[in-house]
Amino acid sequence: MIVAGNRCITIKGTRDGLILFMDDTCAFNDLLVELETVLMTKYLADDEQSIRIKVELGNRYVTESQEAQLKALFDQQQKFIVEEIVSNVILKQTALDWKEDTAIKLHNKVIRSGQVLEVNGDLLLIGDVNPGGKVVATGNIYILGYLRGIAHAGVDGNKSAVVAASYMAPTQLRIANIISRPSDQDKDGGMMECGYIDETGENILMDRMHALSRLRSELNAFERRILHG
Amino acid sequence: MGEAIVITSGKGGVGKTTTTANLGTSLALLDKKVCLIDTDIGLRNLDVVLGLENRIIYDIIDVAEKRCKISQALIKDKRFDCLYLLPAAQTSDKSALTPEGMIEIVEQLKTEYDYILIDCPAGIEQGFKNAVAGADKALVVTTPEKSSVRDADRIIGLLEQEDIDPPNLIINRIRNHMMKNGEMLDIDEIVQILSIDLIGIVADDDEVIKASNSGEPVAFQPNTRASIAYRNIARRILGESVPLQSLDQKVTFFDRLKKVFSK
Repeated sequence: MIVAGNRCITIKGTRDGLILFMDDTCAFNDLLVELETVLMTKYLADDEQSIRIKVELGNRYVTESQEAQLKALFDQQQKFIVEEIVSNVILKQTALDWKEDTAIKLHNKVIRSGQVLEVNGDLLLIGDVNPGGKVVATGNIYILGYLRGIAHAGVDGNKSAVVAASYMAPTQLRIANIISRPSDQDKDGGMMECGYIDETGENILMDRMHALSRLRSELNAFERRILHG
Repeated sequence: MGEAIVITSGKGGVGKTTTTANLGTSLALLDKKVCLIDTDIGLRNLDVVLGLENRIIYDIIDVAEKRCKISQALIKDKRFDCLYLLPAAQTSDKSALTPEGMIEIVEQLKTEYDYILIDCPAGIEQGFKNAVAGADKALVVTTPEKSSVRDADRIIGLLEQEDIDPPNLIINRIRNHMMKNGEMLDIDEIVQILSIDLIGIVADDDEVIKASNSGEPVAFQPNTRASIAYRNIARRILGESVPLQSLDQKVTFFDRLKKVFSK
């Protein structure tokens, strides 16, 4: 452990490089000044290879321009490569957006001909989608009812999105940019089915709903997506 | 204070006008004061079905534009004292009627009549919006055809956005033999798709066409299948619980006898 003679920055060495712990109670400007002096001090011999740096900001939020300032300081020194700048805090807005994108949106109504229901994240619809109606979600679509209209999952291009319905008889099924329709012979639809994109990424396949646990095991732990941002 | 009921379907030719005329007649038979409003401007039919065409002097546009009093435009039915018709205009500009004008007319009529039945034009444009504006309740008419059910679904969606009670469904022109063979959508299927309450079913009956051509609504006839169906719907509107009519035609002893001999 190398502790520099200063107040705000603690430097810790690991196998992978250095971690700089920044005190989160001092002013940002003080931090910059101190970082500059720390970086100016030559700890390293010239022939040493470059060092990877991880910056831990603690409970400090930095704006994009502040982050750029920090990076600029490191860039003056050729030896340091900033791998990541980590903070414990995010903006409330960002958190809400995350929540918005990952939460399951519950709607309880019948989507009738001419109506369109669009949601961010996953859609859980308690009710039917009638012919001529359409449901659109950036995530997965689960329908507790008859799907007779159009369902479009993963509308932003998420090919791992799925559509599941208690009764599957859609006019069209769309996932990401792939569109499929049932064959002209298959008019009856099926109970408890799901649709997903196969490994080739080009076709939508239908299967019994319980096949989802095998095909999309990540659905079980959807909270994980929050951690991944 | 009366109740205004709009009769609508989306698709044309499914029997809105016939239903309006017959429900009006049936309600009048039950001693209710009824006023029918035809809002199909430019294509009015309700007066023809009721046989009142030759009595029209003023119409709904005249009322909306204050060229006459509402009482001057109302036509008394030739059979009842408690049934009146406010006819649509045949020539005037469609845009002359607005939802606000319609609400005003309906509110005025509600003070005097028990039931106001509004015959809605086909489509979902201005005419539909006018017809729905003043209504407290809605009846959606559909036939057991896919296209008609699809349009009914669209209309129900639009009605749900309005400030009225959830609509009730009338399935018209049922041909029992086709339904049994599965060549037509069956009643359960239609109700399941539209997911609203069914208030009546009307069999496809030649008498309906005959009656409307003679300007005498079929509901007058004592015992044709369609007339019973319409009178049942009227009773259900009044809050009675009446079981749905059986679609099977009764096989009489004479029919059976004929069958035996024709073998």
